[in-house]
Amino acid sequence: MQSKNTIAVAMSGGVDSSTVAAILAREGDHVVGLTLQLWDQTRLAGKHGIPEAPKAGRCCSLDDVYDARRVAMHLGIPYYVVKQEERFEQDVVRPFVREYLAGRTPIPCSLCNNHLKFDQLLKTARSIGASRIATGHYAINEYDERRGRWILKRPADLAKDQTYFLFGLTQEQLAHTLFPLGRLTKPEVREQARQHGLALAEKPDSQEICFIPGGDYKQFLTAYLEEQGETMPETAGELVTSSGEVLGRHESISGFTVGQRKGLGVASPSPLYVLQIDPATNRVTVGADAELATQTLRARDLNWISIPTLTGPMRVKIKIRHRHEPAWATLEPGADGEAVATFDEPQRAVTPGQSAVFYEGDEVVGGGWII
Amino acid sequence: MPHTRVYMDANATTPLLPDVVEAMHPYWMEHFGNASSVHMEGQRARTAIDRARETIAAFFNCHDAEVVFNSGGTEGDNTALFGLLRPADHLITTAIEHSAVLQTARVLAERGVEVTAVDPLPSGLIDPAEIRRALRPNTRLISVMLANNETGVLQPVEEIGRIAAEAGAFFHIDAVQGAGKVRIDVRRIGCHLLSISGHKMHAPKGVGAQFVRRGTPVNSLLVGGSHERRRRAGTENVAGIVGLAKAAELAMHSLEDGTMDRVAGLRDRLEWGILGLPGTGLNGVDEAGKPVPRAANTTNIWFDQLEGEALVIALDLKGVAVSGGSACHSGATEPSHVLLAMGLEKKLARSSLRFSLLKTATDADVDRVLRVVPEAVEHLRAIAPVAAGTLG
Repeated sequence: MQSKNTIAVAMSGGVDSSTVAAILAREGDHVVGLTLQLWDQTRLAGKHGIPEAPKAGRCCSLDDVYDARRVAMHLGIPYYVVKQEERFEQDVVRPFVREYLAGRTPIPCSLCNNHLKFDQLLKTARSIGASRIATGHYAINEYDERRGRWILKRPADLAKDQTYFLFGLTQEQLAHTLFPLGRLTKPEVREQARQHGLALAEKPDSQEICFIPGGDYKQFLTAYLEEQGETMPETAGELVTSSGEVLGRHESISGFTVGQRKGLGVASPSPLYVLQIDPATNRVTVGADAELATQTLRARDLNWISIPTLTGPMRVKIKIRHRHEPAWATLEPGADGEAVATFDEPQRAVTPGQSAVFYEGDEVVGGGWII
Repeated sequence: MPHTRVYMDANATTPLLPDVVEAMHPYWMEHFGNASSVHMEGQRARTAIDRARETIAAFFNCHDAEVVFNSGGTEGDNTALFGLLRPADHLITTAIEHSAVLQTARVLAERGVEVTAVDPLPSGLIDPAEIRRALRPNTRLISVMLANNETGVLQPVEEIGRIAAEAGAFFHIDAVQGAGKVRIDVRRIGCHLLSISGHKMHAPKGVGAQFVRRGTPVNSLLVGGSHERRRRAGTENVAGIVGLAKAAELAMHSLEDGTMDRVAGLRDRLEWGILGLPGTGLNGVDEAGKPVPRAANTTNIWFDQLEGEALVIALDLKGVAVSGGSACHSGATEPSHVLLAMGLEKKLARSSLRFSLLKTATDADVDRVLRVVPEAVEHLRAIAPVAAGTLG
């Protein structure tokens, strides 16, 4: 079993990763299925309005472990649940909570990919004699001889493109990861699942953040902090316009996201949007839609994929949130290892805490976290 | 995958022995009757259960009427605690019990039962003096296991039995892991209740038995028909009960004929072989570093600088079945609450593996494991010594 060709498949119990396991097993590779157990879905159930019973189709629910195990049995491959709950809480949940309380809007999926899905999974895979891992992400990775680098590219099915969440992958990780779905469309994947006789071929996709049942962040924060014996920090403050006029007060900055329109609690003749959240003063600045647009962006904790590092100005397209159409910009090195981007056209709701991912054609140049 | 596998996880479950299967066989199709029925079919089943009860009574050294058949260890533990304790009663148990006791105690605590869970010594032994210290005027029940499932450590139940008797408290023994490995004598121990489970001793899963000393006012968990002298409702699992009795009969032989000494010899050879590797150590030793009394088939070893879970998987892929922590919760493993209670640091608890041998284990099994473990350990440590330590 220490064969070079052993591949560990990260199985979530969903259609995509199950199909990956089926494809690889059918191709004759030695395949071992692994499910990362990241969060106990029953942990905060029933508290502060969080649903009692987690919905099916949710990462880490016992149903999904059951589904993944059924697929592994069907394919006749060894399968294990690897518990990573502590690590997940430390590297993903706590940073998420911290960021949110600081008035930012974090993306836990990218943190999870950076810290757990690839880093830990690869270590676990190696420890059990596998040399590579495979996941159900929609992305393409290939080695480019000319540049001597592993390249990450957008997949065939652009509607399912997950490269935005994968910008943190290192060369080492890319070299040992397979994305077998990169050149398939979702309907093709479902068709393959059917052909391989997978009972879950019609299972709906999961969309929400896996540890927030029901998708209500505020409920989660309240319940989590209470469980930890911590209290929600006092972050009530003023609601002001960009010209400094005080419109009213809010109860907590953690309820706001840049670009948010609903739930501001003030009446106004024209629609108001959250423009800025200042954790130092607990001030939330609101204004018209047009004021949301910004021309520049700064990003930190950068990771480069198609280039060794950024040394001078570079023309790229930048994606600033998952459902954002990448926009043209000029990217330049900034101070303290940051990067500064100037968009050709101002972009709406550049949100601190989200990631900015830089593209050149189909290739991911790199990415970082928006400051 | 290798074709032949070595199974060293007997404390999780055991295979049925051929004699057990054979004894059960007539009771699936031929003698299928309901033991409560008047007719010949029913009487046939009743006779089988009566005989089985005699055998189990011999196994416990009690009277036939003191044997109650049930579904296994969890039911026995639940019956003892739920069946005896009421709000404002006090329960003394230990921090190293099986979750069938600990979780039941937690539920009872929510209902107003006072619960004391005594910590073990670093060796894994429960100090009877600690039990005595925990006594209160309202202590109604003391529940302690006979052999620990993870370390195999045998608890001083006779001494605890004397303390219970002096205090006028009921005494329950979870003997799920002890049964078949050490001789059970409820008269000598002086307990009121003692629970065993079939599948830990080569009988099927889903059948168990409980010794209930005459006059012990334990309420039935299951309410319905008047089966088992009104102590456990539900149509008897005839084939399972027959299998349990056959397994108990075989176990009594094994305890007499030197089988367990042979198993202890194999376990010791395995243990010394593994402990020869650098960065390893035995869980369940006294201050002098010597193993405390324990079940003949069990050893629990920590491996510095690696993750037990990864080693379990690596060994599995090499055809060796062992366990880290205790098997539960959807197949994932928690750091063992037993090892943590013994004061082992979390990292070492996570790096610990339990090898538990079947009584049918052979020299070849031990040879195979001693070949596979060192290379797996070396490989794991070479890959990511530090990172592996934080995994999980």
